[in-house]
Amino acid sequence: MSTTLLYALAFGGLGLSYLKDPARTRQAVRKALGALNNILPEFLVVLGLVGLMLTFLSPEVIGRVVGSGSGWLGMILASIVGSITLIPGFVAFPLAASLLDRGAGAAQIALFISTLMMVGVVTFPLETRYFGRREALLRNGLAYGWSFIVAAIVGWVVTR
Amino acid sequence: MNHLRRYRIFLAIVAVDLVILAVRPAVGVQIFRQSWQIVLQMLSILPPVFLLLGLLDVWVPRETVMRYVGERSGLLGTTLSIVLGAAAAGPLYGAFPIAQTMARKGASYFNIIVFLGAWSTLKIPMFLFELSALGTSFALTRWAVNVVGIIGLAWLVNRLMPEADRQILARADVSPPGGAPGAARAAGNPAAGSGPDSGPGPGRWARRRPRKKPGQ
Repeated sequence: MSTTLLYALAFGGLGLSYLKDPARTRQAVRKALGALNNILPEFLVVLGLVGLMLTFLSPEVIGRVVGSGSGWLGMILASIVGSITLIPGFVAFPLAASLLDRGAGAAQIALFISTLMMVGVVTFPLETRYFGRREALLRNGLAYGWSFIVAAIVGWVVTR
Repeated sequence: MNHLRRYRIFLAIVAVDLVILAVRPAVGVQIFRQSWQIVLQMLSILPPVFLLLGLLDVWVPRETVMRYVGERSGLLGTTLSIVLGAAAAGPLYGAFPIAQTMARKGASYFNIIVFLGAWSTLKIPMFLFELSALGTSFALTRWAVNVVGIIGLAWLVNRLMPEADRQILARADVSPPGGAPGAARAAGNPAAGSGPDSGPGPGRWARRRPRKKPGQ
């Protein structure tokens, strides 16, 4: 649905732009292609890494790791798996729900979801290319630490 | 040769995939199947995003972006950045090129990091899904806590980033396509701005700050 909308927006805009100023529109397309071509190697690295990651960290494996331990070890494991994986919400949320049903702690699940969304290990090369190493380290590092605070608060609210 | 060099890490990963395919065919096939899914996912978001950014680049004046999300945009700018990020759909990597165009058009670094944070974790479609899957108290608490957290994290990142490193985002690809990736990454490359492909945005940035990144 959102893909159709996005494409409609892009090509609608392109058509409008062309009607107003063909030369400028050609310039816009050139810029778009240039930018895409420039960053393509890093996007392909992400593609390759995610392909490998999804194969070895299948939902079952993730479920076993995140749902297994409790205490600090379980938390650390959940945060590591969350940071490495890059899976869409429609896979992650049902998985998290089934883990909760099977008795996993809310804090642990919140930690997994939070690191999954905010910390990107496989997208790190891409983020570094755009933002530089320092930003990528800072943002991901701070987000990792922050996820533990989120987990503590969510765990406290949900089990109260 | 230069073209191949740019793709050397990707090609190395493909080589690993092929080795796995040869040794463990079942696992190898699975890797290529999963990778294909990601290709489709990327195709569903990247081409229109880059096209829209190209259009935005030539049609939206720098002053407009600065007024709404620039250094002096205040609370409105930050609110706008959160709304923009939360309205998005798609994985975080889709936000990176948008952040770059925002930087070139004069958005403040703080607002860009807020936008990135909102995109990563406040997306409304995701929130609705989380609400139904994990319950109201779980999803609502996480969302509300993260609104505060994203602003706090952006403030920290903004404080801890030296000026020279902040400039990287706006000119991350000013080198002509096909050039060595190292040249584009060396933040202080003064020749980068004069490349044939440099538009008014990156050129301006590169000209204004031909400074060397400390420690490189």
